[in-house]
Amino acid sequence: MDPIVATFIEENIVPNFNYWIYVILMMIGLYAMITKNNLIKKLIGMAIFQTAIILFYVSVGVKDTAGIPIISHHGSEHHQMAGLSSEAGSTKEIHNKIDKDKYANPLPHVLMLTAIVVGVSTLGLALAISQKIYKSFGTLEEDEILSELRPGGHD
Amino acid sequence: MTEHFPILILLVPLFGALIVVLLGRERPDQCWVTSLISLGISSLISFFTVIAVLSGKVQELRYRMGGWPESEGYEIGIELRVDILAALVVFAVTLIGFVNTIYSKTRAEAEVQGKVPFFYALMQLLIVGLCGIVMTNDAFNLYVLIEITSLTSYALIAMGNRRAALSSFNYVIMGTIGASFYLIGVGYLYIKTGTLNIDDIHMVLGQKNLWADQSIIVAFIFIMLGVWTKMAFFPLHGWLPNAYAYAPSMTGTFMAPLMTKVMVYVMIRVMLWLFGYKFVYSGQYIWGELIIWMSVLAIVAGSLLALARTDIKKMLTYLIVAEVGYMVGGAWLGNVTGQAGAFYHILSDAAMTFCLFIAASIIVLRVGDSRVNAFDGLFRKMPLTMIGFTVGALSMIGLPPTCGFFSKWYLISGGIEAGHWEYVCALIFSSLVNAVIFFRIFERAYFGKISGVKEDHFPTDSDANPDIRIKEVPWSMLIPLFLASGTVLLLGIMNRSLFEWIQTALKMMNT
Repeated sequence: MDPIVATFIEENIVPNFNYWIYVILMMIGLYAMITKNNLIKKLIGMAIFQTAIILFYVSVGVKDTAGIPIISHHGSEHHQMAGLSSEAGSTKEIHNKIDKDKYANPLPHVLMLTAIVVGVSTLGLALAISQKIYKSFGTLEEDEILSELRPGGHD
Repeated sequence: MTEHFPILILLVPLFGALIVVLLGRERPDQCWVTSLISLGISSLISFFTVIAVLSGKVQELRYRMGGWPESEGYEIGIELRVDILAALVVFAVTLIGFVNTIYSKTRAEAEVQGKVPFFYALMQLLIVGLCGIVMTNDAFNLYVLIEITSLTSYALIAMGNRRAALSSFNYVIMGTIGASFYLIGVGYLYIKTGTLNIDDIHMVLGQKNLWADQSIIVAFIFIMLGVWTKMAFFPLHGWLPNAYAYAPSMTGTFMAPLMTKVMVYVMIRVMLWLFGYKFVYSGQYIWGELIIWMSVLAIVAGSLLALARTDIKKMLTYLIVAEVGYMVGGAWLGNVTGQAGAFYHILSDAAMTFCLFIAASIIVLRVGDSRVNAFDGLFRKMPLTMIGFTVGALSMIGLPPTCGFFSKWYLISGGIEAGHWEYVCALIFSSLVNAVIFFRIFERAYFGKISGVKEDHFPTDSDANPDIRIKEVPWSMLIPLFLASGTVLLLGIMNRSLFEWIQTALKMMNT
């Protein structure tokens, strides 16, 4: 492989691969939303577009060597399972000595729960609208719909 | 009690919407009264909020949702924040929602048969969303509320005919791109600052001195693009004209004045509160000049596209595109006069667009034709409606004492102060084009011949010719029109004190 390409991959793509994936997915979605003729294909593009952003947020919360963000109050076993540092003793100390690096950041995940709900409802609403369009035009191809409208209106 | 006002403004229509849906099965006839009461209460509370904020006891109301205390100087919960600017916009939103409910009384049953309860429920949810957008102090919560308003407006527009369904679909696609861009921007801000509260983000940006950071610049551009798509800033306006022109009339009347204006408010808020004066107008980036030129383009293109339309509603929608250009340009001029002018224009444009849309809907309903030649002789057939229309149109042109004159005046003063003559010229050009557009209509309405009527013959119901049987609409549609045109005049008369309140609030953010 060309050394320039190799260094580019090593320095830019590998450490930030989550961003690259999100950008590529987002571009696929955007491309489908803008260029596809079929309304359902546009909606598939929209779903990809929104999923890409969800992926971006979720990947932001990830840390190396981090566990699930649940702080257990009972028993030392659970502390170790949750990834707490072993020197932490009583429950009170645990609260003071929570090691941030041992827990994944839960906030982006929580935000994305809301964003998923929003995405699902947008998709559902858009599908309902396309159903209404299909019932009144008999087709879901954008050019056919527009050619049917052309003789009537002048816009 | 005062401290609970922000949440009450949201909760009353929210529960109103639920009650309407539940009532809808058994008592569909009571939906109108229910939503009238709930939006009436909400606008009353927001009126008292304006008074509370103005009275000087509290500069701004802050309400922590769920009572989450702040931790180590950062807000962890969602916070509502109402200062004078937010209070004014919330009052405008709830009041227009209330007045539009009166207008919907007869139209809802005629235009969305069988779905009347859902119409009132969605309308109240849309008002909740818009008020939430204005009041929230949390960047992610703002996204959710933007999507709530968008989802309800997609559904409301799609309730119309088949053209409406198609334009609603296009709006879904454009709106989702816009909202998602905003979400990406918020994501970048969160990565860099670790907080979502607008004031805290601003504080952290200052503490860590992140002004020149690439991620912050990208976040700013993404957020701006998202907000511009939502407010139909030329050339991102593609979804707006069809969506508002084909929507059921009582939907178009309150969505056209509110959606774009509230997004302009969001833009001003993001610019001054989230990123701050230093970052936006630093002169370090070329975007200031560029955006003013874009707004000039929006004003000129919007006006010319409006001039080219013969369909009255389409024409009004393109005028909205031009008006959005006014406000974006004013906000980006970089001085308090321009920003305050843009903000005052949010209120005045909401009032005059509302007035014009109601008048146009009434005329289209009565005449049955939405082209400009439908106005022939209308001053004699529907004098009351035409008075309302004239007030709105004069405000759009910018004649005193309507509010349109004063907002244009402040915007032009801001443009001169900043030395942006291209913006000043665009505003004057747009005024002239508006004058051509509306005087073309006035001419027809005053001097146009009513076919088959003698000069001294006043048209009555018994006339056989359908053309001359046109008469005034019921009170439930005329009262909203007069309230709207009254507001246009009132805002114009009160311009001085309003402008001073806005200016003092904005001055604090411009240091």
